[in-house]
Amino acid sequence: MSEPAPAPPFTAEHERLRLEIRRFVTERLRPHADAWEAAQWFPNDVFRWVAEAGYLGLGLSDPVAAAVWVEELARCGSGGLAAGLGAHTGIALPPIARFGTEAQRERYVARGLRGELIAALAITEPGAGSDVAGIRTQARRVEGGWVVNGAKTFITGGVRADILVTAVKTTQDGGHHGISFLIIERGPGVSSSALRKLGWHASDTAEIAFDDVFVPEENLLGAEHHGFYLIMANFQWERLLMALGAVGAMQVCFEQTLAFIHDRPDLRSQQAVRHRMAEIALELQAGRDVTYAALRRHVAGEDAVREVTIAKLRTQRSAFDVIDACVQIHGLDAPAELERALRDARLGPIGGGTDEIMKEILGRSLGL
Amino acid sequence: MASADVLKPDHASQRKHFIFTDEHEQLRDSIRRFVIKELQPHAEEWEETTFPDSVFERMGELGFLGLDKPEAYGGQGGDYYTSLVLAEEIVHAHSGGLAMGLAVHTDMAMPPILAFGTEEQKQEWVVPAIAGRKILCLGITEPDAGSDVAGIKTRAVRDDVTGDYVINGAKTYITNGHRADVIVLVTKTDTDPTLPTHDGFTLFLVPMDAEGVIREKRLRKLGMHASDTALLAFQDVRVPESAVLGQVGKGFYHIMWELQGERLIGAAGCVAGAQNVFDRTLQYAKERKAFGREIGHFQVIRHKFAEMATKIETARQLVYTTAWRFQNGEYPVREISMAKLYAARIAVEVADECIQIHGGAGYMVEYGIERVWRDMRLNRIGAGTDEIMLDVIGRSYGL
Repeated sequence: MSEPAPAPPFTAEHERLRLEIRRFVTERLRPHADAWEAAQWFPNDVFRWVAEAGYLGLGLSDPVAAAVWVEELARCGSGGLAAGLGAHTGIALPPIARFGTEAQRERYVARGLRGELIAALAITEPGAGSDVAGIRTQARRVEGGWVVNGAKTFITGGVRADILVTAVKTTQDGGHHGISFLIIERGPGVSSSALRKLGWHASDTAEIAFDDVFVPEENLLGAEHHGFYLIMANFQWERLLMALGAVGAMQVCFEQTLAFIHDRPDLRSQQAVRHRMAEIALELQAGRDVTYAALRRHVAGEDAVREVTIAKLRTQRSAFDVIDACVQIHGLDAPAELERALRDARLGPIGGGTDEIMKEILGRSLGL
Repeated sequence: MASADVLKPDHASQRKHFIFTDEHEQLRDSIRRFVIKELQPHAEEWEETTFPDSVFERMGELGFLGLDKPEAYGGQGGDYYTSLVLAEEIVHAHSGGLAMGLAVHTDMAMPPILAFGTEEQKQEWVVPAIAGRKILCLGITEPDAGSDVAGIKTRAVRDDVTGDYVINGAKTYITNGHRADVIVLVTKTDTDPTLPTHDGFTLFLVPMDAEGVIREKRLRKLGMHASDTALLAFQDVRVPESAVLGQVGKGFYHIMWELQGERLIGAAGCVAGAQNVFDRTLQYAKERKAFGREIGHFQVIRHKFAEMATKIETARQLVYTTAWRFQNGEYPVREISMAKLYAARIAVEVADECIQIHGGAGYMVEYGIERVWRDMRLNRIGAGTDEIMLDVIGRSYGL
């Protein structure tokens, strides 16, 4: 039987790319997953490997190809590695590529896509998570630029990052109309330290302090005081990436669990196991279809806030539940990778906008 | 740069899915206008009386009973999506029973006649059925055989002298069973115990006025009050060989094939029904005040709507993606089972939540919300229970 046509927006070309990426991920990345998890770090060289394979800049040329990359990256066996790569290429670089000046793109994006420079996006603060408008890191106008003081936290890639794409208050009041973005290079006054966490062990998550950091004029990203739009613009893509990552993670865990059951006649014959797997398969398909629908609208250049919000909300808790069910089916035979996937998935309903924030956005979009 | 580059959300914009064309949208509009004008006003009355046969005639006249059926038999020759559009728009009648009666006619009983019938059979039954002059029903379930279709006991025995078949048995839960002119009847024709489980079944087209067809009783039920549901008995019903539909001995396979299209149509109806009750409840939540404000502006109520919207959108994408595969010639049994299972579940959940948001009003017949819940509840049982769907999905993975 011939392969069924891929569902839009994917083409046969994307499906060929998928197989290539799958091979790269399973052969080049997956063998290191255990060691990098244990070390709570993956080497910076990995960015170059991915760049050389041609996958680091997919999102900036073809977002559908980037979607394929994110789904398949789930096969690397480490949510932290996926997050570490994604924070650079899917979250920190896109705003520079989209809103940056020619010089900024040359200096940061071009080098970033070659894996020579690592970027992180710094928005969240100790006192401002979901409530982005409440950030307090202050950029004070001085001759030729700004001086930044404040703190950021939960910054993925923030320990290793060479540049921090940072949200700062550029007016006294801040808020929706007083936030700007500055590209802050690591240098005097910038310090970072790693945070320990439930999952995502291979990635470095940082607490960052800015102490009288001078940032030159030309490092303003986008228009002054219009940073909030930048945040909103990139949230859509970040949330789509999270939804795609969850679909990829569910797919991997489903496949592993199915293979496990097929090797276990005592489980294979149980109706409860059959139905549990059917429920998992349904969650996977539901997450996939609702995510692809949002992706279609997003890549068509249409407003997709509601669709993306739904996709994010629908997939994150679902992925955690699905992986939990996979662990349950394995019992104490659950491999370390599956247990790790469960810890990694728990961030889904929190990061990139919590489930509760998704509900707020949706509810308000209905006029409530 | 800046803000001008960033799209502003436009939540009121049309959300047309890629499977639909402008023609589908025009069809959608015309069906919706008809349903709201001519059917919806009678919804409450028909809960008491069941809907009249004249609905079939009127919809036949408008061309709505053969949207995706061949023009040669009076249909509109449209694609599969046109039947999805009908399933979605009929929910505006606010009568699950009406929608079910129509769906049994157009999407359950008619497809096997078109697929397996002789030219004579199509002329005799399909042509007048599309015109709305004859009504169809389908007889699968028996008092002792529901989900376990292979357990059907209604017997058709060939009379070797005349070539006729003589049918004996009983069918139950038959939608349209009282009003139908003909039944597509599943019988056992070969009881050889060495046969594979699914062999030896044969379909017949049995006129409901044939001697020995007894419409035993009108069954009372939780919901779907506007439809008629029958218990039927067949006592020495004699039909000619020309009443055989499709191949002798292959009836089970014929009927399993047709269940797939029906399940997806049913799923589309569930999604649209959920959307409809959601919309009505959203309106209510914006008007109803408690503790000094509209109840929809309480955060917990707002989140309930967000959760319902997420369920509905997810089910819709499952249905549409699967419909796209179906229209492309794939036979996606696994995905159809998933769409049917999920859409039926969320429709019941959404209806239940809508009762909750309405409070006491939701419990009262007058508001029509409790009816949605009662009508929707059947979808987790009919056309394959949730548990059968899970079994189908699980088995598709070799489990």
